Amino acid sequence: MTTSTAAKYGTARRAVTVRVNGRHVTREVSTRTTLADFLRDELDLVSVHVGCEHGECGCCTVLFDGLSVRSCLMLAVQADGHAVETVESLSANPAELHPIQEAFAEEQGLQCGFCTPAMLLRTKEIIDAGREMTDAEVRHEISGILCRCTGYQNIVNAVQSAGAKLRGPTAGGRD
Amino acid sequence: MKPPPFTYCDPESVDEAVGLKSEYGADSLVLAGGQSLLPLLNMRLVRPEALIDINKIGDLQKIEGRSDILEVGAGVRQYELEDHALVGELVPLLPEAAGYIGHIETRHRGTVCGSLAHADPAAELPCTAVTLDATVVARSPSGTRTIEAQHFFQGRMATALEPEEVLVAVRYPVTPQAAGHGFVEVARRVGDLALAGAAAVVNLDENGHFTSVSVGVSGISDTPVRARAVENALIGEAPTEENITRAADEIVPSVTAGDDIHATRAYRRHLATVVVRRAITAAVASAHERSDGK
Ligand SMILES: Cc1cc2nc3c(=O)[nH]c(=O)nc-3n(C[C@@H](O)[C@H](O)[C@H](O)COP(=O)(O)OP(=O)(O)OC[C@H]3O[C@@H](n4cnc5c(N)ncnc54)[C@H](O)[C@@H]3O)c2cc1C
Ligand code: FES
Ligand code: FES
Repeated sequence: MTTSTAAKYGTARRAVTVRVNGRHVTREVSTRTTLADFLRDELDLVSVHVGCEHGECGCCTVLFDGLSVRSCLMLAVQADGHAVETVESLSANPAELHPIQEAFAEEQGLQCGFCTPAMLLRTKEIIDAGREMTDAEVRHEISGILCRCTGYQNIVNAVQSAGAKLRGPTAGGRD
Repeated sequence: MKPPPFTYCDPESVDEAVGLKSEYGADSLVLAGGQSLLPLLNMRLVRPEALIDINKIGDLQKIEGRSDILEVGAGVRQYELEDHALVGELVPLLPEAAGYIGHIETRHRGTVCGSLAHADPAAELPCTAVTLDATVVARSPSGTRTIEAQHFFQGRMATALEPEEVLVAVRYPVTPQAAGHGFVEVARRVGDLALAGAAAVVNLDENGHFTSVSVGVSGISDTPVRARAVENALIGEAPTEENITRAADEIVPSVTAGDDIHATRAYRRHLATVVVRRAITAAVASAHERSDGK
C-alpha cells in the first residue's frame, strides 16, 4: 500500500450515515460489517433475519433506495448516504398493522415467521409496481425468498389479498 | 460466516480504480454488485488484501446506444437490462436473458459486467455475450484494450483479464431490425443456474431460409460455447422442425461437462439438444413476428 492509499483507505472503521425507516442514523462501523449485521447489531432491527449469509434464502431482504436487496450481500459502508427500509417501515405497532401485514395475518401467510419480514417488504414492492398479477406470476415474483414452512399457497393468497385492499375492491387478477 | 478483513477502497473515478487495481494487483478484487463476491467473502473462499468497490463511479453507470453498438458500463445492474427501452430496441436478446438471472433481489444489485468477470459457464450473460459477438473493454494503467467474448472466457470462472485490469464496459453489436431472437434454459428451480441454456439470433431471407444463425450454449462446458456446427448446418436451409432438430444434434460433441450432483453427462447431452432446438425455434418465431409487424 502506498502512503497515499494508506492515508485514504487504511482505516478499518468508518462513520456512516444512513436513512433507516425515514430517520437518519450515524454510526461508526467496521468496513467488513455486512448491512444485515449493521441493521441487527447496531440498530437492533432484528426483523432482518439472517438465514444463510450467502444470498440463498432471501430472509435478510430490505429495501435499499426503494429496491429489494439481500442485506447479507452488502457492506454497511455501502449504505452511507442511502435509504434503507426494514419491515418496521410498514408498521412497528401490533395494534395498527399495515394492510399488507393485515392480509398476511388474515390469510395465514406465515407459520414460523422467519421469512415473513422479507416477504412483507417484497409484497410492498410488488404492489407498488402497480400491475395486477396472476397467482402464478406472484409465485414467480416471490421466488427469491425461501419459505421453509407454508408451501407458499397462503403467501400467494396474502399478496393477492393485500393487493386488493390497497388497490380497492374492483381489483381482480386471480387465476 | 463473516467476511475476513480487507482494505476497503471506494474510488470515485475510473482512473483511481485502475490505479488501485495496479497497485494491489492479484491481491485485490473489484467489488461490483457483490452477488457472487460477498458469498465468497462470507464463506472465506477468497481473502483479498483490498476490495476495490466501483459502485461510486458515476462514469461506469451508463447505457449508451450508437448506430451499431450498445455499450453497457461496469456499474450497470442486471435489472436495468430488463427495464431499459434502448436495450430492448437495440439488443432484444438481453432483456429476455436477464430475466433468468437469479432473482429480482439479486438483479437489483448484480451488474452485467460482474457476471461476465465472474465467468460462470452456466450463467446467462456470458452465454449471450458469445452469441452476440460482444466485446469486453478492459482498462489498466497502460491503456484500454478490447477482448472478444470468444477469447474472454478461458475456463470455469477464469477470464482473459489481467490482475491489474478493471473491466469497464461491454459492447454489443446492435441486432438487425428483422432478426429474431430466442433464449431458453432448463434449471431445477426458478432462479437457479441453468443445467443447460441456449441463446439464438437468426436472420431469414425473403424465402424464409436462414441467412445467418448465431447460437450460444451455457452449462455444458467450462466456458459458454458458440455452437458453430449447429449454425453451419442451418445456413441456407428452411426453418423446418426437421432441419432444426437435425442441426441441434450437432451440439452433442461440445458437451464436455462430466457427471455432477446436478446432472449426468448423458442427461446434459440430451438437454443441450433440447435447449438449442427450442432457442432456434423461438428465434424463428420472433423473426416471423418482426416481419409480420412491419
Ligand atoms: C441466490 C443467487 C442466485 C443467482 N443466480 C444466478 C443465475 O441464475 N445466473 C447468473 O448468471 N448468476 C446468478 N447469480 C450470481 C449473480 O447474481 C451475480 O450478480 C454475478 O455472477 C456477478 O455480478 P456482480 O456484479 O454481483 O459481481 P461481484 O459479485 O461484485 O463480482 C464477481 C466477480 O467478478 C469480479 N468483477 C466484478 N466486476 C468486475 C470488474 N468491473 N472488473 C474486474 N473484475 C470484476 C469480482 O472481483 C469478483 O471476482 C446468483 C446469485 C445469487 C446470490
Ligand atoms: S441471509 Fe441473506 S440471503 Fe440468506
Ligand atoms: S413462515 Fe417459516 S419460513 Fe416462511
